[in-house]
Amino acid sequence: MNARPGGDAISLTALAPEIIVALAAVIILLLGSWLPRRRQHLSRWLALAAVFAALILSIIRIVQPAEVTAAATFTIDVSLGMTRIAVLTGTAVVLVLAGGRFGVHKRKSEFYVLLLLGALGTLVLAGASDLLVLGAGYLLASIPLYALVGFTKDSAGTEAMLKYYLMGALFGVLLLVGITVLFGAGGSTTYTDLSRALLGAPAGAAAVGLLAVAAGLLFKAGAVPAHFWVPDAIDGTTGPAAAFISTIPKIGALIALFRLSSLSGVPVAWPLMLALLAALTMTLGNLAAFFQSTVLRLLAYSTISQVGYLLMVTAAVGHSELALPSLLFYLLGYTITNLGAFAVVCAFPSLRTLKDYRGLFRTHRWLALSLIVCLLGLVGTPPTAVFVGKLTAFTAALDAGLGWLVVLALINSVASVFYYLRWIYRLFQPGRGQATAHDDGADVPGEGASGEGAATTNAVVLSGTLVAPRSARTAIVLGILSLLMGLFANPVLAFLQVNPFP
Amino acid sequence: MFSELPVLTIVVFLPVLVGIGLLLVPEARRRLVAGIWITTTAVDLALLVALWIDYAAGGGRSTGAGAVAGPASGTGAIGYETNIAWMPTLGSGYHVGVDGLSLPLAAMTALLFLACAIYSVRQDHRPRAHAALFLFLQTVSLGLFVSLDLILFFVFFDLSIVGMYFIIAVWGHGNAARSALQFFLYTFIGSLALLLGFIVLYLASDPHTFDIVELIRQDPLKNDPLVGGLALLTISIGLAVKTPTVPFHTWLPPAHTDAPAPGSVILAGVLLKMGAYGFVRIAMPILPGPWRSYAMVFVIVGVVSVLYGALVAMAQTNFKRMVAYTSVNHMGYIILGLGAAGLAAGTNPQAANLAVTGAVTQMVSHGLLTGALFLLAGVLFARGHSYEMAEYGGLARTAPRFAALTAVAVFGSLGLPGLSGFIAEFQIFTGSLGAAPIPTALALLGILITAALLLRMLAQVFLGPERQPTAGAELGSGTLGDLRPRELLSVAPLLVLAVVIGVFPRFLLDLIEPAAHALITLVAAGTQ
Repeated sequence: MNARPGGDAISLTALAPEIIVALAAVIILLLGSWLPRRRQHLSRWLALAAVFAALILSIIRIVQPAEVTAAATFTIDVSLGMTRIAVLTGTAVVLVLAGGRFGVHKRKSEFYVLLLLGALGTLVLAGASDLLVLGAGYLLASIPLYALVGFTKDSAGTEAMLKYYLMGALFGVLLLVGITVLFGAGGSTTYTDLSRALLGAPAGAAAVGLLAVAAGLLFKAGAVPAHFWVPDAIDGTTGPAAAFISTIPKIGALIALFRLSSLSGVPVAWPLMLALLAALTMTLGNLAAFFQSTVLRLLAYSTISQVGYLLMVTAAVGHSELALPSLLFYLLGYTITNLGAFAVVCAFPSLRTLKDYRGLFRTHRWLALSLIVCLLGLVGTPPTAVFVGKLTAFTAALDAGLGWLVVLALINSVASVFYYLRWIYRLFQPGRGQATAHDDGADVPGEGASGEGAATTNAVVLSGTLVAPRSARTAIVLGILSLLMGLFANPVLAFLQVNPFP
Repeated sequence: MFSELPVLTIVVFLPVLVGIGLLLVPEARRRLVAGIWITTTAVDLALLVALWIDYAAGGGRSTGAGAVAGPASGTGAIGYETNIAWMPTLGSGYHVGVDGLSLPLAAMTALLFLACAIYSVRQDHRPRAHAALFLFLQTVSLGLFVSLDLILFFVFFDLSIVGMYFIIAVWGHGNAARSALQFFLYTFIGSLALLLGFIVLYLASDPHTFDIVELIRQDPLKNDPLVGGLALLTISIGLAVKTPTVPFHTWLPPAHTDAPAPGSVILAGVLLKMGAYGFVRIAMPILPGPWRSYAMVFVIVGVVSVLYGALVAMAQTNFKRMVAYTSVNHMGYIILGLGAAGLAAGTNPQAANLAVTGAVTQMVSHGLLTGALFLLAGVLFARGHSYEMAEYGGLARTAPRFAALTAVAVFGSLGLPGLSGFIAEFQIFTGSLGAAPIPTALALLGILITAALLLRMLAQVFLGPERQPTAGAELGSGTLGDLRPRELLSVAPLLVLAVVIGVFPRFLLDLIEPAAHALITLVAAGTQ
């Protein structure tokens, strides 16, 4: 049909990050079958190398002009570029977190393969500018993650996987129905054609189709009303898998939702619907988080409320020029901060409840500090990355005339302080039998003495046992990164503002 | 501008850098920690005093900084300005500078932190983290007073809450966890309301900016009274929670009661000033029109705080709670003065000037006197493990130095001539009387009530037959129970300064008056 930017040939270099991740997944899958068990760690190094290579290429690539692939099915622009950076950084972090945990697991290569495939699916989801590619991205970002959640085959993991899978299948079908309806109404699946066709299409059909597609994306994002899987899946699975599913797929889903919202044929009430969903998501997530006693469930509900703030920005897209930079910045900041909190949880696999974290500040000062930075960062305390994200998000939403939503988001931010502080306060409480501990406890993570079969989980912390020193170091790095990204937010923001969505 | 040293930046960030250094050095001993802490705060104070002297002599003025000051009053200008692009895409910069409104508060802050450092020499419970946290809070407090950018201001405003939360939660006593949480939640609501108001100002300005000086120049909401009123409402709620005024004060008494003595000093002496200072730095000059329109609201809120704070303080049996409620009363005078200044700005700038000068003096005076009172409350608690006034009696005989210092602080607090409280309150009342005669007359009653309750407290605790809590250690048997050198050294300078301000106030007023004049010129702009 029409000549499209990007020419006829699909430029392979533009898709290099995705191709590298896909190739690495295939190679590691094959390698994992042939390597002897004690050499399996090679697969992790390979996965990390691939992710870093893809990350570097993404950073190089992001400064180049936007491009749409041959059939207008995949858009490579700044939004995708930022998604790549966030997703690949997040995947690298989870690979490191998973290293300690699955160091002796016999199928760990498969774990890495599933991670890579999930990341690839997220990237496809974020870049899709064609409904069929979106559908494929959805499946690729979902199916590997079901397996990831149930990887350990214990009863909690299996139950979590089943819940995740059933919800995913339901919303996946909805997504496909939506794609079918939109194809029927608009006569095409590419966004460029739909933008034109939907204006003349029956309004009801277009609305139903868009709504159904959005439902699938809301499931991936873990937003109301498709949020029921989040706490169960996160609480039931392992730390690294929880970190991944609570962070990475959200990025792709929100960018996909943003691309869908930018179609010129969306109903007038679309931003209002997103705003209402944002309001519900942040409020319900917060209310449910209030009295959680296990850290993973608390973090699960906190991620739901964070998605609410992100949806608020999505609702402002098109009405404020700050909205897109804000969304992209917030997503990157959220990825780093949320993974930082999860990394602390991964560093202490034996600590499950908030109570178990008593006295952590004394035994692991820097780790506790970085947890405080990450949790207060999620509240939106300056000068962390999420603070800048929230600041720009509030500004964009207010600019878009969503004053009521901003007020609600502010109230929710205050409410969220309550449950984050419940956790933070535990860090300073004296642990059992700690009253006589010497003044300056062991503070170098990873150098703790080995535990001597302590009776209580608390005693495990006291003796300084760090089951996963790598996770501890990652947590500290992420905490520092979250601070630095907040303090030096300007280069990223400036870059995002001069490179708006085409 | 960059040819000279960024003195203010050094003053602000020196404490936190030392604090991080303290955490990094393994196994620092308690005495070493205390030594480093005291030295740092002393150096910081010395730098600020040097800055003050230099500023008073006309140094540090940068060209083109006359935006806050009226064109004619060069003496109210901002000095030692540093303006570096921080987040230019958001119109926010690292913009700091001092003038007559902020310099006295910054110096008072440094002095109070030094007093806390001296007082905490014998801190046994996690001395290193304690010192590091206070140094962090010092940076945050000083940073707030010198900020000339709304986002920078907000960053410090918010971090002060975080720092104080940990001080109350970790080093507090009684129901510390609950009080700290209540403090955090309540003041966090305030800080987010403030943020909302800042964003409204940002969106109203053109080009969009968070820079205070630039916003004052633009007066972005002068043609939009509705949005202007809403912006003033949100900003005022944010500041009023921190100040605190009735009805946003309920977090204050429990936070004070359960905070450790140095924490209370910083909370009452410094953190409360952040709210009051926000009114003169942000609310009044950026929103002059709405401020004039709603000045009566502030006058009324001020008077209600004065009377309510005084009456509730009278009903207290707990020494610390009583001092906490007198803080509500004293901060009420400030709000009254600022509101009256808004009423009088157009018609009687002289009176408005006087009221603002009095309000800023009151901030300094209240910081010194309440700081001293809370340190003395800490002394009382350290001996008797109780704040209940009924459990003490006749301490004047056994602990004469303690009694003498408390008496000075109390007389200053109730506004006796010759002490700083009088200078402040006299100016506020003189400035407010013309613009708001009835509220001012009512507020005068507040002085009467405070005088009654403070004198009753003095009689209860220091006169009469000797009494002390049975649970506590010996209080005042010979010299053992009286003030120890570190306690004397931390409290006495604050009171000496209060007397100096009371007797020779010119050095302070000369600094504040030009800035107050510049502020009133801004508030009055557009009335003629």
